[in-house]
Amino acid sequence: MGFDPKAIRKDFPILNRKIRGKALVYLDNAATSQKPSSVIDLEKSFYETNNANIHRGVHLLSQESTEMMDLSREKVAKFIGAASAHEIVFTRNATEALNLVAHSWGRKFLKEGDEIVLTEMEHHSNLVPWQLAAKAKGATLKFIPVTPEGTIELEAARGLIGPKTKLVAFTAMSNALGTINPVPELLAMAKKHGATTLVDASQWTPHLKTDVAAWDCDFLVFSSHKMLGPTGIGVLWGKRKLLESMDPFMGGGDMIQEVWLDRSTWNEVPYKFEAGTPNIAGAIAFGAAVDYLNKLGMEAVRRHELELTEAALRVVEAEGQIALYGPRDPQHRGGVISFNVADIHPHDVGQVFDSEGIAIRAGHHCCQPLMRKLKIGGTARASFYVYNTLEDVSAFGRGLRKVKDFFKVPAEAKHG
Amino acid sequence: MAEGDAELADLYRDVLLDYYRSRAHKGKLEPHDVRGHGVSPICGDEIEITATRQGDRLDKLRFDGHGCVISQASSAMMAEAVEGKSVPEVLKLVEAFGDFMVRRGPMDQMPAELEETKALEGVRKFPARVKCAMLSWNVLRLGLQQGAAEYQELGDREGT
Ligand SMILES: Cc1ncc(COP(=O)(O)O)c(C=O)c1O
Repeated sequence: MGFDPKAIRKDFPILNRKIRGKALVYLDNAATSQKPSSVIDLEKSFYETNNANIHRGVHLLSQESTEMMDLSREKVAKFIGAASAHEIVFTRNATEALNLVAHSWGRKFLKEGDEIVLTEMEHHSNLVPWQLAAKAKGATLKFIPVTPEGTIELEAARGLIGPKTKLVAFTAMSNALGTINPVPELLAMAKKHGATTLVDASQWTPHLKTDVAAWDCDFLVFSSHKMLGPTGIGVLWGKRKLLESMDPFMGGGDMIQEVWLDRSTWNEVPYKFEAGTPNIAGAIAFGAAVDYLNKLGMEAVRRHELELTEAALRVVEAEGQIALYGPRDPQHRGGVISFNVADIHPHDVGQVFDSEGIAIRAGHHCCQPLMRKLKIGGTARASFYVYNTLEDVSAFGRGLRKVKDFFKVPAEAKHG
Repeated sequence: MAEGDAELADLYRDVLLDYYRSRAHKGKLEPHDVRGHGVSPICGDEIEITATRQGDRLDKLRFDGHGCVISQASSAMMAEAVEGKSVPEVLKLVEAFGDFMVRRGPMDQMPAELEETKALEGVRKFPARVKCAMLSWNVLRLGLQQGAAEYQELGDREGT
């Protein structure tokens, strides 16, 4: 099927909303995506016709719920090229998946003197859990530096990753700048020294084809809500042997095999890491989101976003007095435009966009160390997805012009 | 006027933009008797307030740091309102401003010193921006109560 954003838009009820009297232009997709009817309907129909707790029931509804959740797990596994659905641990979100690894892998395998290599562009979610684990285990954090253009310094990475490196964990795509990182190169460096590898694919998996078998990393994390699925469901993928070698994260129901008063044995993976009643409806509806993306095809999704990004970069270029962050080459950038207008504060920029019904994000994007490195307080960020159109890019340009008009940016003003 | 434009004009009233552009109270006083420093984790904005005292009264007040129109205008209005006032008077004004901004109290009961700040009325419709307006006032309050203080707004609500 051809990629037709006009047709796609009809599947997203929220796009009919009026914001402050104007048609919604949703450009905050890096924060969370909107949901198609198929996802919303499945979650609703699950509660209306199938709802029961999974695993422990012999009754029909419980069987149905269990099967539906298993099916969703299989869809997710296939979507990212995993060897088996047993490698898919459902969490609340990418953040919980990262904390799970930092806790269950980190507390077990990190030793004093070990080094954890991250980048300076990590989301707080892929930084703070490692600060905690490093502190608990006496390990050290090292950071691959970011260039002023917002790309990572590969040469420096080569120097940082060495025999002491126990883990290399990094984002495949920066949520703040849109930078697409050289994933295979970084993984190769890590593997050369026998380090465990973790890819934060929160911004990758929704927009580009994910193949964990090709990457051959050890862990990968992402969230459903950024890829058309519900909130409250996320994924930790890990190589099965590795997952099996780790200690549990939380204790409770479902994660055990046998329980005595003084000890327990653990269920097989992934259930060992899924204590308590999970987000059943969310996991099931997430399957519908994966179906939707499969129907579009991830190559087509990327092509579409590339077209929008190129158009948006041209708009920024033509406009002038816009500081643009991240790589200039759209091949190295996801559908994210991170910018400042002259010396106007990103919040004020976002407010003017909002008055036009255009939703963008403003601030540090949970990347305070990166903002400090780039010597900025924050940025305004527009980010695209499958339902955005070239008209939305024009609206983005209109927003920029309105900001400049409204705050009377003098034509010769220099941006900071 | 389009709905969005009307709200925008109500939020960014001309008076606000004038205060925002004014340099009158920008900068840092050395030496100073009172200092407060605060960061808003919502936007990462930082503000530093320094003030000198003449006996019981605040003499001069300056604020430094980069911020949005709302926070900068609010800081400038605050500086104007509190210079020359005694510390208990200043603390009362901070309280009254909070009543107006956060607790949405009636405007006709505001102290005369806060007349100009009424232009911030439109901010109350945008809860995300109320913190921008409050930042410098909270920093000043803590600075006065403790001589020098770090103010940290709680909660990272910005996200992703
Ligand atoms: C790169 C990256 N990592 C991690 C996260 C955390 O995702 P979540 O808030 O869904 O846990 C996000 C987005 O919020 C992100 O963009």
